[in-house]
Amino acid sequence: MNEINQVRKPPVATTGIIGWFRINLFFNWTNSLITLFVIYCLYQFIPWILDWTIFSADFKYNYLGEQITNQEMCSRNLDPENGGACWAVIYVRFYQFIYGFYPKVEVWRVNVAYVMLAVALLPLLYTQLPYRKYFLYFTYIFPVIAYFLLNGGLGFTEVSTNKWGGLLVTLVLGCTGIALAFPIGIMLALGRRSKLPVISMMCTLFIEFIRGVPLITLLFFGMVMLPLFLPEGIDMDGLVRVLVAVTLFQSAYMAEVIRGGLQAIPPGQYEAAKSLGMSYWRMNLLIVLPQAIRISIPPIVNTSIGLFKDTTLVIIVGILDLLGIGRGTLADTNWLGLSYEIYFFVSLVFFIFTFGMSRYSLYLEKKLKTGINMGAD
Amino acid sequence: MRSKLGFFSDEKFRSIFFQTLVVGLFALGLFFVINTTSYNLEKRNIATGWSFLNNPAGFDISFSPFLEFKSTDTHLKVYFVGVLNTLLVSVTGCIAATILGFILGIVRLSSNWLLSRLVYIYVEFSRNVPLLLQIILWYSILIQLPRVKQSLQILDVFYISNRGLYSPRPIFESGFSYVSIAIVLALISSFLIKRWAKKRQDTTGQQFPVFSSSIGLIFVIPLILFFILGSPLSFEHPEMKGFNFKGGLVIRPEFIAMFLALSIYTAAFISEIVRAGIMSVSKGQREASAAIGLKQTWIMRLIIIPQALRVIVPPLTSQYLNLTKNSSLGIAVGYADLVHGFGGISLNQTGQAIECMAIVMATYLSISLTISFFMNIYNRSIQFKEK
Repeated sequence: MNEINQVRKPPVATTGIIGWFRINLFFNWTNSLITLFVIYCLYQFIPWILDWTIFSADFKYNYLGEQITNQEMCSRNLDPENGGACWAVIYVRFYQFIYGFYPKVEVWRVNVAYVMLAVALLPLLYTQLPYRKYFLYFTYIFPVIAYFLLNGGLGFTEVSTNKWGGLLVTLVLGCTGIALAFPIGIMLALGRRSKLPVISMMCTLFIEFIRGVPLITLLFFGMVMLPLFLPEGIDMDGLVRVLVAVTLFQSAYMAEVIRGGLQAIPPGQYEAAKSLGMSYWRMNLLIVLPQAIRISIPPIVNTSIGLFKDTTLVIIVGILDLLGIGRGTLADTNWLGLSYEIYFFVSLVFFIFTFGMSRYSLYLEKKLKTGINMGAD
Repeated sequence: MRSKLGFFSDEKFRSIFFQTLVVGLFALGLFFVINTTSYNLEKRNIATGWSFLNNPAGFDISFSPFLEFKSTDTHLKVYFVGVLNTLLVSVTGCIAATILGFILGIVRLSSNWLLSRLVYIYVEFSRNVPLLLQIILWYSILIQLPRVKQSLQILDVFYISNRGLYSPRPIFESGFSYVSIAIVLALISSFLIKRWAKKRQDTTGQQFPVFSSSIGLIFVIPLILFFILGSPLSFEHPEMKGFNFKGGLVIRPEFIAMFLALSIYTAAFISEIVRAGIMSVSKGQREASAAIGLKQTWIMRLIIIPQALRVIVPPLTSQYLNLTKNSSLGIAVGYADLVHGFGGISLNQTGQAIECMAIVMATYLSISLTISFFMNIYNRSIQFKEK
């Protein structure tokens, strides 16, 4: 009797590390062959890439111990056999990558803005933040502070936007585009679902038009056509023109995402709100939108990732963002031919931001347990 | 108060009031914009109208595989070359991205942990780095290839250098049209056979070897015809003359960079869509089909894929649309597509920004609508049919 009641342990080969290896890597002979092949490829590739990026690479000094000031001093140009990546170009040009051509005396303003941005984002990203309400007040006034800090005015000397560049421009475009597109997107989504045929038709046409053309044509529109539309004397800043295009583009995508959220709200919610005598705006602001936005946050983050990547397109109309500074550096005879290092660095910066955002959206999705996927890019 | 504004509480009145207000404001804005624009154009001496389309372009286009282009040709021809180049890179990109995406999506679900992790790393890197950066990176790799004199040879027929890929150009002789007609006829008849076989199987249960008979029709018959007609196909090989190759078919690095970047970037998105689609098919379906004795390959083909496709196709459509729109980034590497050729160089030469941009935008809109239209038809054909 006792023997029957005793629980037999599973065989060693199916549990623990050995079991894990057997099940996940060597389940049958094809599986084992694949594993061995992949390991062989990785064995060929990983040491080489590690050597190139880290062990044989120059960070500030070349292998002779000299401080690198141009590409001719890079180990990989002095000794093509053994030299690795020449990260010195990033070291030397780091200021431009982060601030563009912002005057050095005024650069503390950009740093303050970067820190304030992090503080302003905190209550949006982390809802359990203590004193979140007060932080949110700061978030609302942050755009105004940032405008005066970066652009000048209120006692700060003016720094023209054509001196901005690098990560600064990338972040300004990304954050402003997303922040402005959010309210416009909500209005467009409500408009598209409106019962008034004219308004619904106009919103639908706008959204479908923007979604049907590439961003680059909208950027051209902002650069080439917008000045023609404005009366004489109103001269629009290049960065503002690009921002108009980026915002229009993003708001159409945002509208579709929010519309998806609106459609997921059961009609009972509308009916209940109406039966309490609420007006259209009260119903939407107090009942429908809070629920709709809550469930569409993950796809909103996803479209925001798309926009953040798409801000690189501004280099085509001559705005120097992170990628633009990279290309500018490559065109400099001092740093000619270091394209892999520069593109690797720019990719890495973008990867850190976008991968962080996508992890955050996954975390939200898990937290909200909605699992609505709009197929947004 | 309420009685005075009583008519304002009337829903019908309010609806008409607000709509008229919006239309009025819109018309006012439009009037203002048109007015200032025509004033601005007049001041800058820019003529309006479409006559510029017939003016000679005055520049060369380096990559025009379908139409012969000379600098004396008109701007209208620049437009057509641009549209064809846009379509070329979009269609080839969509096909490659779909194949690669499906393979990667299935591999990502492989039981081999190492393999699926590897695909995961690829997907994350490819999705999270801007496409424009990837295009520029591929281009910078391609133009660092050896120069023409030291070009890499593959099988003595393909030459790879920093000017692109040179391959033999097929020359179709007179009899070849019969072969192509035979291929088209074979495609149509195998499609009809497939329909007939399905109908017969539904009614009688008898199976017909559709796959092997289609292969026979499509490959064997045209091949026999090809040899009967005395092989009416020859190849013009690229030859080194002076500083460059003469003859042959050349695929420019701009196109290769665009093609690689677009298909690799989009494949990462498609693989995630495919993975989600296959995972959406419930485990019970697989177990039930195994229980009635279906083979593993049949389970995939008859049970899993048809159900997964219902989930896959709508987001796949938006990926195709994205790829087509993203092909406009060719301007960054000088690929002569619609935006670079017509919306870029022609626009700068003629100064007719409004006309050029309107044409470019309208073209993209129609391409997008066409893709949506056909994908919607396909989507409807694979959805559940309620009997």
